[in-house]
Amino acid sequence: MAESKLKTTLSRFTSDYGMLLVLLLLCVYYSWVTWDEQHPTGAAAGEQLAADIVGRFEAPARVIVVARSHQEDAAFADTLRDRLTAAGLTVLATVKGQPADARAALGRAVADHTPPAVIACNQSTAEWGVFDHLARDFGPLAKTQILTPRTYWWPNFLKTDNLLNVANQIVVIAILAIGMTMVIITGGIDLSVGSLIALSACVSALLIRDVAGAEQAGAFGMVVCCLGGISVCAAMGLFSGVMVTLFAIPPFITTLGMMLVASGLAYIIAEGQSIYQVPDTFVWLGRGADLLAIPNAVLLMVILYAVAHVMMTRMSLGRHIYAVGGNREAARLSGVPVRRVLLFVYTVCGALGGLGGVVMASQLKSGSPTYGLMYELYTIAAVVVGGTSLAGGEGKILGTLIGAFIIAVIQNGMNLTGVESYTQKVVLGLVILGAVLLDMLKKKGSHLFRRAKS
Amino acid sequence: MTRATQPMHPATTTRPDDVPLLAMRGIDKSFPGVRALREVDLTLHAGEVLALVGENGAGKSTLIKVLSGAHLPDAGSIHIHGQPAAIGNPIDAQRAGVAVIYQEFNLVPSLSARENIFLGQERTRAGFLRHRDEHRRAAALFERVGVPVDPDAPCRTLTIAQQQVVEIAKALSLDARIIVMDEPSATLTGQEVARLFAVIRDLRAQGIGVVYISHRLDEVFEIADRVMVMRDGEHIATRPIAEIDRNGLIERMVGRKVENEFPKQHAPIGKERLVVRNLSRGEKVRDVSFGVKRGEVLAMTGLVGAGRTETARLIFGADRPDAGTVELDGRRLDVRSPRDAIRNGICLLTEDRKAQGLVLGLSVRENFALPNLGQWSRMGFVIHRREREVLGRYVQSLDIKIPHQDQLARNLSGGNQQKVVLAKWLASNSEVVIFDEPTRGIDVGAKYEIYLLINELAAQGKAIVMISSELPEVLGMSDRILVMHEGRITGEITDVAAATQEQIMNLAVG
Repeated sequence: MAESKLKTTLSRFTSDYGMLLVLLLLCVYYSWVTWDEQHPTGAAAGEQLAADIVGRFEAPARVIVVARSHQEDAAFADTLRDRLTAAGLTVLATVKGQPADARAALGRAVADHTPPAVIACNQSTAEWGVFDHLARDFGPLAKTQILTPRTYWWPNFLKTDNLLNVANQIVVIAILAIGMTMVIITGGIDLSVGSLIALSACVSALLIRDVAGAEQAGAFGMVVCCLGGISVCAAMGLFSGVMVTLFAIPPFITTLGMMLVASGLAYIIAEGQSIYQVPDTFVWLGRGADLLAIPNAVLLMVILYAVAHVMMTRMSLGRHIYAVGGNREAARLSGVPVRRVLLFVYTVCGALGGLGGVVMASQLKSGSPTYGLMYELYTIAAVVVGGTSLAGGEGKILGTLIGAFIIAVIQNGMNLTGVESYTQKVVLGLVILGAVLLDMLKKKGSHLFRRAKS
Repeated sequence: MTRATQPMHPATTTRPDDVPLLAMRGIDKSFPGVRALREVDLTLHAGEVLALVGENGAGKSTLIKVLSGAHLPDAGSIHIHGQPAAIGNPIDAQRAGVAVIYQEFNLVPSLSARENIFLGQERTRAGFLRHRDEHRRAAALFERVGVPVDPDAPCRTLTIAQQQVVEIAKALSLDARIIVMDEPSATLTGQEVARLFAVIRDLRAQGIGVVYISHRLDEVFEIADRVMVMRDGEHIATRPIAEIDRNGLIERMVGRKVENEFPKQHAPIGKERLVVRNLSRGEKVRDVSFGVKRGEVLAMTGLVGAGRTETARLIFGADRPDAGTVELDGRRLDVRSPRDAIRNGICLLTEDRKAQGLVLGLSVRENFALPNLGQWSRMGFVIHRREREVLGRYVQSLDIKIPHQDQLARNLSGGNQQKVVLAKWLASNSEVVIFDEPTRGIDVGAKYEIYLLINELAAQGKAIVMISSELPEVLGMSDRILVMHEGRITGEITDVAAATQEQIMNLAVG
């Protein structure tokens, strides 16, 4: 008995968290293969180098700061200068530009008989040829040291920017996959979500251009326009639901039709063009990051997953969704409002497709009927990799999130390790097959286990 | 069977007792945590029908699966015609002449009877199917079985009895000498059962050994030559049928003395609760009117297809009636869906638990709560603690055997599944309880508990409709009997104590 209990616990653990384990292993793997020397940049690098210099040189040692002109280097240079000045050191010059500018600054220092003790560079400027032969080119500067922020070793994969990149890449598919999970748990499928992305992006952008005042549109106007795009997609989803419930047309066929309808509509209303007459603030959702540097879209995704998870596990509606997928007739005879449940899931799936379209339009700052191509398939892949059975009745919302991230991490990891995009497709396809195979083996295992009991 | 049958195999000419056709000796089989079979012996002679009886979980199915190669035994031997037979998989079993006809048939519904018979052993010439040859052989097989079936009819269009005949024909086409039938009569009508028995007797005359598994003891006494009783994975007794009586058999099956198979108690009967008037739907239900009173158990019986289940589904809102009304306690109900019926206090325990009663992929707790979520949720959120508490009480009072409440419904035995269905409807506090074949496929012990529960519900003043094809049950457990035939109520018996099975059958055949 104890043995079988252990087996049950173990099998439950692997079925619930097996994919999480796969995701972690992928992360470990890509961390390992992208282990690389990291050069700090920006203000943080400035702070660090300043502390380094202050610790090694007495005030009022002279310093020249050399950086390139772009934003990140400027932040590095300014921070460094401010910190050094505050510590009583003399900053002779703060170069933000080309090697020629640095040469000029050095020349001035020599001419003024104020040789600097330190030239503070970052990793890029330290390699400029102008510093290669200081003693030869600038005699008095023979003793001048060139210092750079200390480097450290860290996986490229695990850098904050890259992780945020992974999240940003997958956010649209992950949002779509919430609705798709619900639909698939009821035993259906929704092939139209990819086209709904395009439709929603076009409708939203079109409304902003023609109704809310194009580039001058205000925040409220944009929100209303986006809700318009989402509502259109929700209505499309509702229509699919009606076809599936009232006329008993198989979901595959219904949503295949809706996929073509939505895509065609997107081309019609956008007249085959991209719509880019939107205000700069339109990118707030797709590119902004207001809270703790977390991108707004990722935050939205996390909130949606939390809500969906609670709904599926704690609310009657969630229970009904599982019951409808597990055994529609038994559910109906137990008083589950089967039709309402199905209408709900298809509408939600459509609405989330619309939301995905708004996020994508915001990321790309335009609406185009070409958006979302093949996204329905990636979405289904995320759901399936996340452990939801296409037969319906079982699956987990958080499993889908893990599935989406597995796909994102594999894609990102292959980018980082320089796998070309054609190969990436092959690998991704094999991963999806592997995930389904794993699912089947798991089922077969539980089937054997069941037979053993009877 | 009017046709004279020639012995087809020389085996019948030798004394059947010399060498048994099949001898299983000392069969042991364990699964993790369960010892399913313990040194079980089974002997089957050529030209005999051996009934195998026992409660659910007694090990009958496991024993048959060992014979058919689905399970490998841990210990023991199988001899066929005195030769040791190594049966490692279903194909070995087929070669050794063993055929098992399961309750759920292994037929492809879209293929014809002929195509099903020769599935996997198609008759071909140069890779092309020999349709005419197959057709001729199939017709010959049906003739040998003695039941005419159109070999070219798709199996989907055949009745269950005909499909069974196709299975038997398929077994014969494989030269099976040992045919095992697992609950073959469960879904047959009375006439169909009679015809099945004729077929079995014919097979016996041809020297084939038949193992007949059934819960219906009447049938066992009618068809079997010997009966073997199993309990808790052990062989309890094997007796010639003449040397044992019904009570003796039940005692051996349950392992204790049985005082009374039907513990009927008469609750005080009050006012009419459920009144059905002129209910109609197509050909299946025609102008059905009846009432059920407080504390009354009304049995509805008739042949399969008489329209009993269909009537119940109309009352429950599972199907829409063409005409007719339903009243509860004098109030006319507008029931458009099962949801409405449940809200009004009517519940239906369906005949087919697996297809209609339970969501097998959900846990016991989730199934239990499904019709009751309204009671146990606040603002749409399910209060899991309440579910657990209430289910805990029912698990105890109904003695449901589950390791934990999150056990999947599919992992339970038939009796326990039925108890979970019962529990979920009891918890819904329904006033009218409609049972459709409440004891089908359930062992004797669990049956008894369900009868006690029906008594209890009646005592609480509920109105109970019990649809049943088992006449002893109808006579033993009801206060009043309605008999249906072809969608109409053809008779009512109010004096149940004086009623007989013949009286019911006369009404049931119209």
